[in-house]
Amino acid sequence: MITRPADSSNNASIVCDDVHHRYGDREALRGVNLSIRPGEIFALLGPNGSGKTTLFRLLCTLVPIQRGRIEVAGLNVASNTLDVRGRIGIVFQSPSLDKKLTVDENIACQAALYGLSGAALTARRDEVLRQMKLTDRRGDFCEKLSGGLKRRVELAKGMLHQPTVMLLDEPSTGLDPSARLDLWQSLRAMADQGITVVLTTHLLEEADKADRVAIMFEGQVIADGTPQSLRAEMGDGLITIESADLDAVEKILHDEMGLETQRASNQVRIRCAGAPAWVPKIADRLGDSVHSISVGRPGLEDVFIAKTGYHFD
Amino acid sequence: MVSTVVGSPVIASVPSGLGAAWMLAKREWIRFFRQRNRVISAVVQPLLFWLLFGTGLQGSFTGAGEQNFMEYFLPGTIALIVLFTAIFATISVIEDRREGFMQSVLVAPVGRWPVLFGKVLGGSAIAWVQAVIFLGLVYLFGAASISWSIFAVLALLAVIAIAMCSLGMIVAWPMDSTQGFHAIMMLGLMPMWLLSGTFFPVPPLGEGASVGQMILGGIMRANPLTYPMVELRRLLYPSVDFAASGFAPNAAICWSVAIVFMLATTAIAWSLMRGSRRADLVT
Repeated sequence: MITRPADSSNNASIVCDDVHHRYGDREALRGVNLSIRPGEIFALLGPNGSGKTTLFRLLCTLVPIQRGRIEVAGLNVASNTLDVRGRIGIVFQSPSLDKKLTVDENIACQAALYGLSGAALTARRDEVLRQMKLTDRRGDFCEKLSGGLKRRVELAKGMLHQPTVMLLDEPSTGLDPSARLDLWQSLRAMADQGITVVLTTHLLEEADKADRVAIMFEGQVIADGTPQSLRAEMGDGLITIESADLDAVEKILHDEMGLETQRASNQVRIRCAGAPAWVPKIADRLGDSVHSISVGRPGLEDVFIAKTGYHFD
Repeated sequence: MVSTVVGSPVIASVPSGLGAAWMLAKREWIRFFRQRNRVISAVVQPLLFWLLFGTGLQGSFTGAGEQNFMEYFLPGTIALIVLFTAIFATISVIEDRREGFMQSVLVAPVGRWPVLFGKVLGGSAIAWVQAVIFLGLVYLFGAASISWSIFAVLALLAVIAIAMCSLGMIVAWPMDSTQGFHAIMMLGLMPMWLLSGTFFPVPPLGEGASVGQMILGGIMRANPLTYPMVELRRLLYPSVDFAASGFAPNAAICWSVAIVFMLATTAIAWSLMRGSRRADLVT
């Protein structure tokens, strides 16, 4: 049975404490603080260049930590690197399968790297292949497999040594919708077993499926929480106005109608209670000067725009 | 309290890495024999070289002990087989990295030495077996006569194969493209093979030597591959007295240079792999 802790700072599965990282002159991470609980699916959401891949590389020990501290499963990553590696399963964005080998051989390779052999290997291999519904494909060469199947073999490789933490970098890239659905079922099954699942993504709808989300921008975490709580922060309504003369629109809305506005590239956005009721009033006042007025419930993209002033792309 | 169904990991917290090294070597082996063109090119090309040059230059060459060029070129052909196979085995480290396989190896809890051992042992085993098969054909067709020295030949071939694979790793590890490797191969590895007494004898340095001969002779004497080649030639033709007709340091020197060369290349490859993290990332 799994009981999720209410507050987890003591027994968190992953802790990042003021993590900085630079590549030469470019500062990729500028003080990241995170606490990820055991058994949750945690999404690192951010546009390209936000630093999520750098954070991923640090978590999976591929890149040495420059500043700050990261703990995985209670172990300091910098001082217990090899121990940490034994406890994490990793699925990289670029496929790590040897295409010239069969599914079975690829898994045997992975097993050798994690010191698994003999009867333990056979038992574990049968188990992960069954979990990933790959049993009937075990003799196939990996170059013959579809994208979705390959990703399942990657997951099987990652799970082989029973890690307590699974790290996945953009796991649904290149998958069709049904393969994505499969992937998420597998991830959910892992989380239900108590495995902490951490994934990076630049897809908003994917982050929405996670238990908790950290939104990254320019090397920092600008918001984190459950997708519901992040959206709730935005209020229950959002009005978006597009116009050729945004300055004038903003001035009218703010000065005459007393609304809090925010500019995001070619839009003016208003978060307010009772949004639908405002729409006719705004339309009346602005008249023909607007191209469109729309109203909706805020999503994660709106959280991103509210925090950064940029569109998420 | 958190209670989970995650058991303690099924692995020892940090595995020794021997199993990993063995598996990576085995993987090289499996991959090699699944890519037929590699098997063919590594044997057929040197064989063609040997037959073409051996036949073509037969009339215009006389070596020590009245050797014709076919006989003279035999050790060089074997070295070429080892060199080619070693190069193609280590070049795969670049592909491994680009295709992402290497990344999953580098984050395994075994450290990086199994990567080097796997590549070098796997690659040199392939190179060694290919050279032995070729040698078997040579004996079968009676192009050379077999003797007890064959055991020393097998040992020396193993030393050369390991040295060549380690050298290949030194070149391949920092590279991000196979094109770069080919450039180094043409500019560095092929001349090293050519200038090791495989294709023509090491020129004398004594009185009467021209400036060109002095330079070439100097370079060839400085080439560590020259020494195992001298020894290989001597072991293949035990009845010929090479010392009487040119550069032929004694067996102790040749073996020492060969073994030091092997250890040095392996040590350099290891220090490169340990030091460079830049090469770890797939971009």
